[in-house]
Amino acid sequence: MADPVVIVGAGPAGLRAAETLARAGIVPIVLDEAERPGGQIYRQPPPAAARDASAVYGFEARKAEAIHRVLDACAGRIDYRPRTLVWNVFGNRLDVLSRDGHSELSFDRLLLATGAMDRVLPFPGWTLPGVTTLGGAQIALKSQGVAIGERVAFVGGGPLLPLVVHQYAKAGVQIVAALDATPFAAKVAQVAGLATAPATFAKGLWYTARNRLRGVNAASAIRALRAEGNGRVEALVWRDASGAEHRVACDAIGASFGLRPEAQLADLAGCRFVHQRESQLWLPERSAEGRSSVAHVYLAGDGASIGGADVAELQGRRTALALLTDLGRDVDAREAARLDRALARQARFRRSLDAAYPFPRHLVEAVDDAELVCRCEGITAGTLRAAVRERGADEANRAKALTRVGMGRCQGRVCGEAAAALIAQCASADVERIGRLRAQPPVKPIPIVAGAA
Amino acid sequence: MAGLLRRAVERRSADVPITIDGVSVRAKEGDLLITAVLLHRSSLRKFEFGPGDRAGFCWMGACQDCWVALADGRRVRACTTIVEPGMAVLVEHADVAGDRHG
Repeated sequence: MADPVVIVGAGPAGLRAAETLARAGIVPIVLDEAERPGGQIYRQPPPAAARDASAVYGFEARKAEAIHRVLDACAGRIDYRPRTLVWNVFGNRLDVLSRDGHSELSFDRLLLATGAMDRVLPFPGWTLPGVTTLGGAQIALKSQGVAIGERVAFVGGGPLLPLVVHQYAKAGVQIVAALDATPFAAKVAQVAGLATAPATFAKGLWYTARNRLRGVNAASAIRALRAEGNGRVEALVWRDASGAEHRVACDAIGASFGLRPEAQLADLAGCRFVHQRESQLWLPERSAEGRSSVAHVYLAGDGASIGGADVAELQGRRTALALLTDLGRDVDAREAARLDRALARQARFRRSLDAAYPFPRHLVEAVDDAELVCRCEGITAGTLRAAVRERGADEANRAKALTRVGMGRCQGRVCGEAAAALIAQCASADVERIGRLRAQPPVKPIPIVAGAA
Repeated sequence: MAGLLRRAVERRSADVPITIDGVSVRAKEGDLLITAVLLHRSSLRKFEFGPGDRAGFCWMGACQDCWVALADGRRVRACTTIVEPGMAVLVEHADVAGDRHG
């Protein structure tokens, strides 16, 4: 039998791609780490913790339910394999870990829809119990119905901030601060561009307005922040745009600064990466139709570039059409053109959104030498700076080899962007010249027992 | 010791008995292990390379901050593990770092 088409990821991009392939008579294998389909944005609570969709997803309930229905609607035409980690790509073979143990899986075509995680920047106290990412705070509430604390402060640098504040306020949690590291002026400057996706922009405004109505202590363009506490979070301290310091008692902090793609598998597949100046992220090269730089490897959704859930659905569909074309199948040209137009509209909106939330480099550059950059292994900013100054480590992988920054369990997911910004500052070089951490298998920790099986 | 988390949404699920450092607590069916522990405790493990405790961070299986040790020898990522009856979590005396050496 010929090797299958394999999709990695069962979020909006992966599931729409699978659906499109299934409709064309191809039975794709969908591998996903989670217990249930939906990805992170439309993550489903465990069955025993299930709640009404409108309570979990708010405005997005209809979209979430539609995504969750894809597998049922395509029953028997999508080979869905949950609880399955793909930890390596080698040629046309995947190394896979599931509940049944370890196996290999060869593919004819590979479509990576691996999603995103929060972009993290270190600040004093960021490893204290009680500090999570914004996405983490959101997942705790959506998936488990728990709040990260009683009195919660949120800090962000992207559109997730007002959304999480809104969701926590709606859940009745006391919010003591909502701080944006990016300037409000950047958003005002982008109003025209943001309005190109009216539904999305209106929704953002609505969240912001509701937040203000609830009397949340909000500020933009904050210059510095720090978490304080003895063994756990007890306060958040920040310096505002004028330099004045503020302190608020809290028992939890959700803080992260935009999103970053989970692109390790694309890296291992040999995909070429490009540095995107606006977002300050390294992204696997992707054509508008979803082809990567490697034949037989396709990319869709936030795992390739940050576009959000709606873009992920569109890209999933469009990329599946490109894959079908490459397999010699007839595809509906009008459908492809319709998707291309929708994606072009979304891309204009995204450019404005990226400009509205510039990378808050000042927060990284202000990090004290004593502060941890690598939370996996406890490597400080001072160690990293010394490696740059004294040992010429002005490239990401060289700095990793000398300091272990990026070598811990998270494989640089958490520290990578911050480390690059610190190295760039220290070497007085553009961050693009610092390069990016190369992915290494396994992309996540796997039990040695399973590896040896 | 007060927990980090609090339930914002009450739900009627069956109780799931577990222990944390030998102390019996009741989780609920459908709780992730990170939820079950942090409703009662302020951390999941000691940090193995310096002072302080850790209590997870990303909740989506990416940052690897929430690995915990179980008394039966297993080490699991608390944010992607559903709680099971009888799980015996070790917070204070665990060697989570041991997984670095197999």
